[in-house]
Amino acid sequence: MEDEIKKRNIIQKSEADVPVIEIKNLHKSFGTNEVLKGVNLTVNKGENLVILGKSGSGKSITIKCIVGLMRIDEGEINVFGTDITKLHIAELNGIRVRIGFLFQNAALYDSMSVRDNLGFTLKRHAKDLSAEEVESQIKEILDSVGLSEAIDKMPSELSGGMRKRIGLARTLILKPEIILYDEPTTGLDTITSREISELIIEIQKKYKTTSIIITHDMPCAKLTGNRLMVLKEGVMHAEGTYEELEKSEDEWVRSFFL
Amino acid sequence: MNTTLIAKKESITTYLKETFNDIGKVTLFASRFFREVIKPPYEIKELIKQCYIIGYKSLPLVTVTGFIMGLVLTLQSRPTLAKFGAESWLPSMVALSLIREIAPVITALICAGKVSSGIGAELGSMKVTEQIDAMEVSAINPFKYLVVTRILATTFMIPLLVIFADGIGVIGGYIGINIHGDVNLYRYLSQVLESITFSDIFPATMKTFFFGFFIGMIGCYKGFNAANGTESVGKAANSAVVTASLSIFIIDMIAVQLTDLFL
Ligand SMILES: Nc1ncnc2c1ncn2[C@@H]1O[C@H](COP(=O)(O)OP(=O)(O)O)[C@@H](O)[C@H]1O
Ligand SMILES: [Mg+2]
Repeated sequence: MEDEIKKRNIIQKSEADVPVIEIKNLHKSFGTNEVLKGVNLTVNKGENLVILGKSGSGKSITIKCIVGLMRIDEGEINVFGTDITKLHIAELNGIRVRIGFLFQNAALYDSMSVRDNLGFTLKRHAKDLSAEEVESQIKEILDSVGLSEAIDKMPSELSGGMRKRIGLARTLILKPEIILYDEPTTGLDTITSREISELIIEIQKKYKTTSIIITHDMPCAKLTGNRLMVLKEGVMHAEGTYEELEKSEDEWVRSFFL
Repeated sequence: MNTTLIAKKESITTYLKETFNDIGKVTLFASRFFREVIKPPYEIKELIKQCYIIGYKSLPLVTVTGFIMGLVLTLQSRPTLAKFGAESWLPSMVALSLIREIAPVITALICAGKVSSGIGAELGSMKVTEQIDAMEVSAINPFKYLVVTRILATTFMIPLLVIFADGIGVIGGYIGINIHGDVNLYRYLSQVLESITFSDIFPATMKTFFFGFFIGMIGCYKGFNAANGTESVGKAANSAVVTASLSIFIIDMIAVQLTDLFL
């Protein structure tokens, strides 16, 4: 009885009232390697949250948990007010289509052209679209990442920066409300990094997305992040705006800004 | 002395544990295939593409090996049969050995080397470069798209390839016979067809479906479960060949026993 009332309350709480992403006490270990030891974070609607942290500290793991790519050991992950760790696969997929995920190396499908990379997802989720509509949506999205001319290329023919853009286009094609960026500028030169950072801001404005951006690249963090968090030893160690963290008392936090 | 014995004992138990663990995981993987194969949506386009890649692209290799099998088998058997003055049995003997045993097993082994390792490497590299994760987060079932299609394709294409190899092998046998003697093609073929019965063809064809299923399933399993890091792609391909070849011999052994029992 009590459970039922609780359930109803959860459903009645509108998505607009809750943070878009809310992680509570997230634990995750691999064998004896305890990676996350109680991560807490919230991301509000329309916000870009940057997560900093040394490599191997569990940043990627954290955002993979948000889309249910990993089973968690303990904790709660609320996305749009729903705890995704308790969902059945069909319900989880309903949430997944509202989230875009940009993988570190873009994870483009090697065997498909750029057109098919984008169309692959679109055709499977928007089955009522005609072939022309699919084509025009692909072109529109490619145009918004500035790569219309790459439509017939294979992923192997693309440079690192182009791969990231196409990867981004592939996530944008489903019009996601959340985008998770895993090191969007790592491995790129300074100019391309800046272009990608600007693209991230453009997307935030144009599509009104909420994002988590994992990065080591401080110019990117400064440009894109409305708020920053630092992951250390499995917990969120510090939080603030770029300017606040830059002047932090904590020497370890300041060391990111050198 | 004592400690090395204990260490040996422990390594054997961990080895056994891992082996049984693996068998359990493969069984789960296979049962997932049967659960997902019946559920829509069906990835017909990818299935056709895989049938083309697995079937059509293996044809040259299967043609060459099939032809050589038939030819060599004839040349090797002739002296023995000649000793008993039974050279006229040569066509039937060659056809029977080819169809019952040699063509299925050799073709399956060739495909374990070509197809199973190819699938293992392809899916392994997709796993390592997070392409499989990318499918999953865009709410597309990668098992359905990648695994179900490939296992179906091998299950149906390997038997076809074997039947094709049977035919080519018989032609190879004809040429082998004509190197030394002179038999006309019509007489050769009618002798071949006369000697083959249902109980030769049926079990031989049935087992090739199992060969095909295991070739696809093991390639997919190894690739889909590749660990992180580029070196695991090679490992996945390699252990797919080894495991698939081994399972072909085991299936063959079981098939022979069953055939003996029932036919
Ligand atoms: N699938 C996995 N199996 C075992 N350990 C893993 C796996 N994925 C990540 N790890 C470990 O978790 C830790 C954090 O990984 P990750 O989140 O990728 O770090 P980063 O902060 O650089 O993104 C690393 O020590 C890594 O070795
Ligand atoms: Mg990472």
